[in-house]
Amino acid sequence: MSGITAITMPKFGLSMTEGKIVGWSKREGDEVNVGDDLVDIETTKITNAFESPVKGVLRRHIAKRDEDLPVGALIAVVADAKTADAEIDEFVARFQAEFSVDQDNSGAPAAPEPKTIETNGQRIRYLDLGSGEGAPVVFIHGFGGDLNNWLFTQPAIAAHHRTLAIDLPGHGGSSKDAPATIAELAAAVSNTLAELSVARAHLVGHSLGAAIALQMGLTNPAQVASLTLIAPAGLSETIDGDFIAGMVEADRRKTLEPVLQKLFVNKSLVSRDMIEEFIKFKRLDGAKAALSAIAAANFRDAKQSVIFLPRLGELPMPVQIIAGAKDEILAPPDVAYLPTKIAFHSLEASGHMPHMERAAEVNALIEDFVDRSA
Amino acid sequence: MSKKSYRQAINEAIASEMRRDPRVILMGEDVAGGAGTPGDQDAWGGVLGVTKGLVTEFGRERVLDTPLSESAYVGAAAGAAATGLRPIAELMFVDFMGVCFDQIFNQAAKFRYMFGGKAETPLVIRTMYGAGFRAASQHSQCLYPIFTHIPGLKVVLPSSAYDAKGLLIQAIRDNDPVIFFENKVQYDDIEDVPDEPYTIPFGEANLTREGDDVTIVAFGRMVKIANEAADRLEKQGISCTVVDPRTTSPLDTDTILECVEQTGRLVIVDEASPRCNMATDISALVAQEAFGALKAPIKMVSPPHTPVPFAPNLEDIYIPNADRIEKAVKAAMNYRVRETV
Repeated sequence: MSGITAITMPKFGLSMTEGKIVGWSKREGDEVNVGDDLVDIETTKITNAFESPVKGVLRRHIAKRDEDLPVGALIAVVADAKTADAEIDEFVARFQAEFSVDQDNSGAPAAPEPKTIETNGQRIRYLDLGSGEGAPVVFIHGFGGDLNNWLFTQPAIAAHHRTLAIDLPGHGGSSKDAPATIAELAAAVSNTLAELSVARAHLVGHSLGAAIALQMGLTNPAQVASLTLIAPAGLSETIDGDFIAGMVEADRRKTLEPVLQKLFVNKSLVSRDMIEEFIKFKRLDGAKAALSAIAAANFRDAKQSVIFLPRLGELPMPVQIIAGAKDEILAPPDVAYLPTKIAFHSLEASGHMPHMERAAEVNALIEDFVDRSA
Repeated sequence: MSKKSYRQAINEAIASEMRRDPRVILMGEDVAGGAGTPGDQDAWGGVLGVTKGLVTEFGRERVLDTPLSESAYVGAAAGAAATGLRPIAELMFVDFMGVCFDQIFNQAAKFRYMFGGKAETPLVIRTMYGAGFRAASQHSQCLYPIFTHIPGLKVVLPSSAYDAKGLLIQAIRDNDPVIFFENKVQYDDIEDVPDEPYTIPFGEANLTREGDDVTIVAFGRMVKIANEAADRLEKQGISCTVVDPRTTSPLDTDTILECVEQTGRLVIVDEASPRCNMATDISALVAQEAFGALKAPIKMVSPPHTPVPFAPNLEDIYIPNADRIEKAVKAAMNYRVRETV
C-alpha cells in the first residue's frame, strides 16, 4: 500500500470542524508536486487553497464540489501512476470504513486553547503552539485583530518552531482598559514575553503589530532575533481614515461588511462568521473604547503618528517586509527608501492581509527567513 | 471564550453586574434558598438552579429570598428601582405574573411618563416561559405578547446562551423596566460564551442565516427549531433567512421588512397562543409596509388556541416543530395566484 496518500480535509485554525470543497485546482490524472494548489476549501471563517503535501498523480477526487465534509475526511487520493486502480479502490474502501467523525474528534488530543497571563495588572491572552530549538516565533496582529488572524500561519510555522500569538492589549481576550501608543503597546508585548521567559524571539508583526515589532527592535534589539513586517504601519505618512473610523464605529453587519472588505482583494473572503466574530469582540465591555483610544493615539485624521522609516538602518537584526500589492489601507513602502539589507516582497494578488490571502507564500517566506536568521 | 450553558450564561451576567454595580440586587422565591434554616445556605439558587452561588458571593443583603407573594415583592422591586436601586426580581414562572399586573402595568411601566421623565425604573423581571417541560398549563405559557402590548416595558427573549448573557447585562444596565423571558427547556443549551461582560443592544435583530427564498421570523426557543427546519430545506434547494428579533419591544421592524423585501415570502414562528401574538403583529406590519414585496400569503406557525396540555403526547403536538415550519415554508414556495375564470 505504500505510495498511496490520503488527502484529507485539513484543519485551518483551532475552531474548524468541517470545510466545503469550493473547486478543484487539479483534475484526476494530473501530476502534482509538493506545494501545488490542489483544492479551494471554504470554512465558516475564510476560503483558502489547500496544497498537496506529496508528489504524485492525483488519482481520485473523493469529495465533490460544494460538498461539506468534517476535518479528517478523505477528499482525494494521490499515488504514483503505476498503482493499480483496484489498489486505490481498496485503499478508499478501507479508509472510509475506518473513518468516523466521532472517533476523530474524541481520539485526537484536544485542540490547544489560548491561555492568559497577568503582566503589569493587564490580562494578556496568547496561544502557544509547537516546539523547537532556538528563539520562538512571536506573532503580533494588527489594529482590531486578534491571535486568530494567524490561523493559517501559526500552525504551519509551529511544525518546526515554538510559536506564540499574542492578543494585544485592548484586543481579543486581553484586557480592554489598555494603553494606546505604539511605545506602550510594544512595552506590553515585551513584558508579556519576559513573563513567559522568552528572552529572544523572531517577531512577525502585521500592520499596527509590525509597527509595534519595529519599536521593540529599536528599543530592545537584544530581545529581537529577526523582524518580519507584514503590510507594516509606521513606514509611511498616511493610512485609510475611513477604514480606521469604520473599525471603531461600525457595529452592525451592514456597516461592517464594507469596512472588513477593504482588507482583501478578494472581497468574498469576508464571511458571515468573520463579521459576526468582529461584532462579538466589539460588544465586549471596553472594546470600542480601546479601539477608539488606539486610533486616536496612532492614526488620527488618516495620518500615522509614528514613522520609523528614517530609523530602519539602525536595526541590527535581519528584517524582511511582506506587502500586498493591492493594499487599500496602507500603501506599501517605497522600495527606494528602504535600506538595501532589508528584503522586500510584494505579493500580487493580495490586499492588507497577505497572511490570510496568500498564506502559503507568506508561510514559506517566514519559515525560510527565520531559519536563515537563527 | 469557553462553552457555557444558557443557565451559566445568565448566572454569569447577574454576578458580573452585581460585582460592577453595588446597586444591583436580586430578589425572588428561593433565589438563595434555605433562609432561616441551618446547613447549606445556598441549596437552591432558584427553582432550576440559575442563581446558585450568588448568595455565597454577595450575601443575604443583596440576594433576597422573598415570601411567596409575587404581588408584594414585584411591587417592592418597582419601588426600589424608582428610589435608586437596580433590582432583578425573579418571578419563577411567567404564568404567576397575573397577581402583579398592577405593579408592572400601572406602576413600573408608567413612572417615567407620569413624572415628566424625571423618574427612572431600572427594574429587571426575570421569568421562565414556554412549553415542553411537562409542567402543565399553569407553568408553560408564553405570555410575552401581553407585556409587549404595554408601552413603557421592554421585552427580551434570548434564543441562545450567548444572547442570554449579553441581553441580560444590557437589561440590568437599562433604565427602564425590562421583562426578561428565559425558556426553561433551554437552560442546558451549550455554546461559546465569552468570560468577559458584553452587551447586545435592544431592538437589533440577529440573522442566524441568510437565504433568497423565504424569511422565517422566530422568537426565543423557536429560533433553534426554525434553523433546524431551514437546514432541512436547504438540502432540498430552498434557502431561508432566519430572523431572531431578540426583543419584541423594541422590535427591529426595519430588519424584518428588509428581509421580506429580499425574499418575498414570510413565515412567522411563535410559541405564544395564536390570537394577538407576535406572529399576528408581524403579519400586520408586513401587510401594511411591504405588501408589494409579497409573492405568497404570510404563513404563521403557532400552537392551537388551547391551554398547554399536560398529557406528554399532546404537549409534544402542541409545540410548533420543524415539520410544521418546513410545511409552511413549502406552502409559501408553492403558492400560485389562481387564475380567474
